[in-house]
Amino acid sequence: MNVIELQGVSVRYREKRIRSLKEAVIRSLTAHQKAGYVYSLHDVSTTIRHGEAVGIIGANGAGKSTLLRVAAGIIRPSEGVAIRRGAVAPVLELGTGFEAELSGRENIFFNGALLGFSRSFMRARLDEIIAFAGLEPVIDVPLRTYSTGMIARLAFAVATAIDAQTILLDEILAVGDAAFQVHCQNRIARFVSSGATIVLVSHDLMTIESMCSRALWLAQGRIVADGPAAEVVSLYRESTSLP
Amino acid sequence: MTLDAVSTPFSERRSIAGRPLEAREEIRDTRDHAALLFELVHRDLTIRYKRSVLGFLWTMLHPLLLMMIFVVVFSSVFRQSKHYETYFLSAYVAWNFFSQTVVNAMASVAWNGPLMKRVRVPPSIFTLSTILSGLVNLGLSLIVLLIIMLVVGAPLSPSLWFLPISLLILSVFTFGVSLALTAVSVFFGDIREMVQAGMPALMYLTPIIYPIEIVPDRYRLPIKLNPLAYIVEIVRDPIYYGILPSPTTLLLGVVLSLGSLAIGWMVFRHLAPRFHAHL
Repeated sequence: MNVIELQGVSVRYREKRIRSLKEAVIRSLTAHQKAGYVYSLHDVSTTIRHGEAVGIIGANGAGKSTLLRVAAGIIRPSEGVAIRRGAVAPVLELGTGFEAELSGRENIFFNGALLGFSRSFMRARLDEIIAFAGLEPVIDVPLRTYSTGMIARLAFAVATAIDAQTILLDEILAVGDAAFQVHCQNRIARFVSSGATIVLVSHDLMTIESMCSRALWLAQGRIVADGPAAEVVSLYRESTSLP
Repeated sequence: MTLDAVSTPFSERRSIAGRPLEAREEIRDTRDHAALLFELVHRDLTIRYKRSVLGFLWTMLHPLLLMMIFVVVFSSVFRQSKHYETYFLSAYVAWNFFSQTVVNAMASVAWNGPLMKRVRVPPSIFTLSTILSGLVNLGLSLIVLLIIMLVVGAPLSPSLWFLPISLLILSVFTFGVSLALTAVSVFFGDIREMVQAGMPALMYLTPIIYPIEIVPDRYRLPIKLNPLAYIVEIVRDPIYYGILPSPTTLLLGVVLSLGSLAIGWMVFRHLAPRFHAHL
């Protein structure tokens, strides 16, 4: 079964963005040229089957994060259709939706709720989350006293404590110290082996090769290559290595 | 991390280019995010009151000071026979709910913009949560008002039991206005400042500090065209006058609030799919 289907998906933005009513009025009185569009994704079609582990690679600005956001239903495509089946949980950019004034514990509930999980659901996982993040001593202290690494650990622990059928991970392995990264990689490996679908954006080609069975290479909003991870990664390596 | 605990089956969701939001889907989505709604209200209130009685009293200070000024300045001027403080506050709490909620709703979408770009939530949830935390504040303000009424000896009438219906009409009206204005303010950031600047003007166009009777006939038209005049009256009647709103006023209030909701939702559903490019 396909958990994610993208059919001719484009996401575009206006080249010149109008930010205020004042600007809009002035522009409408003076404008002569039509503003063009910038494409983040250009006519992308692909399907991801249940249980696949797919890596997405490509240069900065290739549209990797946009693809994840469309797949998660956060962004509606400008053209085309995006279909998702089952619970799709985006773990996009660590630290999203954390509130400095609330304690670590309150933030766990808040973050869980953002991902659509009830208080009782989160309460059942509270101890595990706190233990995984290694924050027992400071969990009732306001988040503003935490270090960046501590917040990252908490965010990862919350996001991966849930039972989504499909998990979208955007560059989240880049944070935390070495020990925590190993923790994260183990957890993702367990996700994969338990049959969940994983879509992983990473610049770390080794991670993609070791964790994913399939890879998508994006460039300028289009799919350049799609196939077994080892093949796509080596193609990508060849293209980026200096002659 | 056990996958057998997955509660939802593989239900299908589509995002199709150019489609506006569907009310039914948004309601279902909001129900699925009930926990988030609770957390948003909880966060709002904890941060506002800083978990203290003093924090709560602090937020009451502003309306109370305002009340004292108006009581001193206007009770003699307008010769509102008795209990001017109740007369003023019963309408002012409703007005305050409206203006604060509309302004806060716009701020909340801008404030939570980064969130909306990274997590999939029903886009109207921030507006809805602003209404709900506004209602909590309104409830607290009403309790303070009742205490003041008891202290100054203003009569408490059984018509107070009608208040929930008054507040429902007020909330629905405010929700509609908030939906439309938040949606537009995502595209044009300066709308927020314009609305903020316009609020005091709108307040003086609403019979809050003065009774409409003292306005000469030829100046009454703008007040009569102001929907808030009727909404505020529906809240004030059961508190100050101890009567139920007249059927005409009530009907007008219901029509205005439902009309506001319909227009607000129409604007919102068409603009929301394009929010992400502007947040």
